Amino acid sequence: MLEIKNLNAGIEDKDILRGIDLKVNAGEVHAIMGPNGSGKSTLSSVIAGKEEYEVTDGDILFEGESILEMDADERAHKGVFLSFQYPVEIPGVSVTNFIKTAINQTRKAKGLEDMPASEMLKKIREKSELLEIDRKFLSRSLNEGFSGGEKKRNEIFQMAMLEPKLAILDETDSGLDIDALRIVSNGVNKLRSSDNAVIVITHYQRLLEYIVPDFVHVLVNGKIVKSGGKELALELEEKGYDWVKAETTV
Amino acid sequence: MNIESRNMSLKDKLLSSYLTFQENQDFDNSIHDIKDAAIKVFEEKGFPTRKDENWKYTSLNSLVKEDYSLVGRNDDAVEFRDVKKFFLNDIDTYKIVFIDGKYSSYLSETTHDGVDVCLLSAALTKPKYKSVIDKYFDKILKKDSLTSLNTAFAREGAYIYVPKGKAVSKPIQIVHFATGVESNLMLQPRNLVVVEENAEVQIIERHQSLNSNPVFTNSVTEIYAGNHARVDYYKIQNDKEQASLIDNTHIDQQTSSEVAVHTFSFGGKLTRNNLNFYQNGEHNNSILKGVTIIEDKQHVDHNTLVHHKQPNCESHQDYKGIFDDRSTGVFNGKVIVDSIAQKINAYQSNNNILVSDKASINSKPQLEIFADDVRCSHGCTIGQLDEDALFYMKTRGIGEKEGRALLMYAFANNVLESVKIPQLKSRITKLIANKLGVNLGFEV
Repeated sequence: MLEIKNLNAGIEDKDILRGIDLKVNAGEVHAIMGPNGSGKSTLSSVIAGKEEYEVTDGDILFEGESILEMDADERAHKGVFLSFQYPVEIPGVSVTNFIKTAINQTRKAKGLEDMPASEMLKKIREKSELLEIDRKFLSRSLNEGFSGGEKKRNEIFQMAMLEPKLAILDETDSGLDIDALRIVSNGVNKLRSSDNAVIVITHYQRLLEYIVPDFVHVLVNGKIVKSGGKELALELEEKGYDWVKAETTV
Repeated sequence: MNIESRNMSLKDKLLSSYLTFQENQDFDNSIHDIKDAAIKVFEEKGFPTRKDENWKYTSLNSLVKEDYSLVGRNDDAVEFRDVKKFFLNDIDTYKIVFIDGKYSSYLSETTHDGVDVCLLSAALTKPKYKSVIDKYFDKILKKDSLTSLNTAFAREGAYIYVPKGKAVSKPIQIVHFATGVESNLMLQPRNLVVVEENAEVQIIERHQSLNSNPVFTNSVTEIYAGNHARVDYYKIQNDKEQASLIDNTHIDQQTSSEVAVHTFSFGGKLTRNNLNFYQNGEHNNSILKGVTIIEDKQHVDHNTLVHHKQPNCESHQDYKGIFDDRSTGVFNGKVIVDSIAQKINAYQSNNNILVSDKASINSKPQLEIFADDVRCSHGCTIGQLDEDALFYMKTRGIGEKEGRALLMYAFANNVLESVKIPQLKSRITKLIANKLGVNLGFEV
């Protein structure tokens, strides 16, 4: 589904990603772990299409097609979704109106009519129940005054509504208490299928107890220095990032 | 006297026609005296020019050089079906409707049932209204030249009197249509709104041209809010491109009253709002909100004054503007806090988005604070749209154009939270969405 080849990227002459290779197939969950400043968030931004980052070498293929020249919205229409570490507040637009706009813009890009109101309502009801979101929440301005947990639940709610093929969860666990973590992870797990894939980006192993990955990659200094199964996350938790850093410098 | 002379300046024309106008009116002496005094003020001061500090960024030159008919002919019948769209139709309302300055009984729905919702011409000439007129007509106005000019010619407009303890059962729509039968028409409507102790009213005012002939409206509204009175006033300024409006609104607030004025400026050639609040009692709350969305070479100027004359009061000003093409905006917000007016909270914010490089806004807060225990804040921003928010929306499939429209919509729409008539709120929301030219993909 996603194939990253020798990806080099940076911002304002500063190299951040230095040759990343990653292949994600449908039905898989990949975790990307790494210390602060290793390039985790840059990687997610570059996949999603943030323009400030310049790709200096390599390629990103999504379903066999290079997406590097595509705008972020085109990538979204293809089925790429990024859950933000810090979702942006948009006062004056309700959660419901925002998601309706997002869905209908995506349908429009595919040459489809707007989703019928009844279908939209049914879907909103279904997905908000999944994320334990109540009706009042849906009429609030997007992310404005939301707690950390509410913001993340709202991100996963949008993911559930948009049903992307590839979801990248950037530090979704940060700022979550244990209940919110359970709700969010439960939501993600329910959405997993053999047709879609998830990339979980996280600093800590905690989230991976809930969303169990098939593969774990360790990102240090803009490179994937180690890959393995889910047990790698535990090992990292136990030994700390210095362990891989030390190992790679040897 | 030849008042049709094309060589005469507008000022001279107004002065000379004043005499003829006065002779034909059946006002009593006290009204004649008020008008005589007012025309003298106008004669002395004339139309404001850019040399006046308050008019530095708004020039009336292009308006006053035109030759206007001062009386509408009103010989074209206006059918309701042709103007229906300019009314709020999905709720029951009283309506006071004028066509080329003359009352249209056919389009109006007035009342005298416990409250008076009717015509100023009746109130100025009939004895039963004399006590209210004597007490309130032309009593709070600062004697600036444009208000004085209106006072001199004032004859028609809305008269709303809500006695102690009454609430008007439904909103009142005041609509001024200009038919364009006259190629150049000057209108001077005058509204008087008296809301006594513990009384309540909601008013929606609109000025609308029906074709593209130039109209110059110099409107004055006096609002008196008694103790604990509540006044909710909405101004819809979405006129055609050759229509210009100077709106002079003067508000006198007594103890514990709350008056809110929302101004929605989406169209017209030149629009100037002189909105003056005088807090004459304690525990007043004054709310001034505005949304301006204009393009082409349109010009909208908000000139506000909140004069805190008593302690323990609040004022809240929130004006937002979106300016495209070569449009220009002005915000001049003056707050005066007298030395006895302690414990005042006065907030003012003016935020603007310039969509085009050629658009401009002049924003100027003026705080004159003579008391020491006050909280005043003011903030002004002029900016572009938030790029992070645009990226966020793109990752959800919302493209650049729609994203920009949605952000502008959200920016402006935020001001609507305090609109208390839901049908009006949704109407304005739709106007804003249409104005921004994009189907936002949801019903509002």
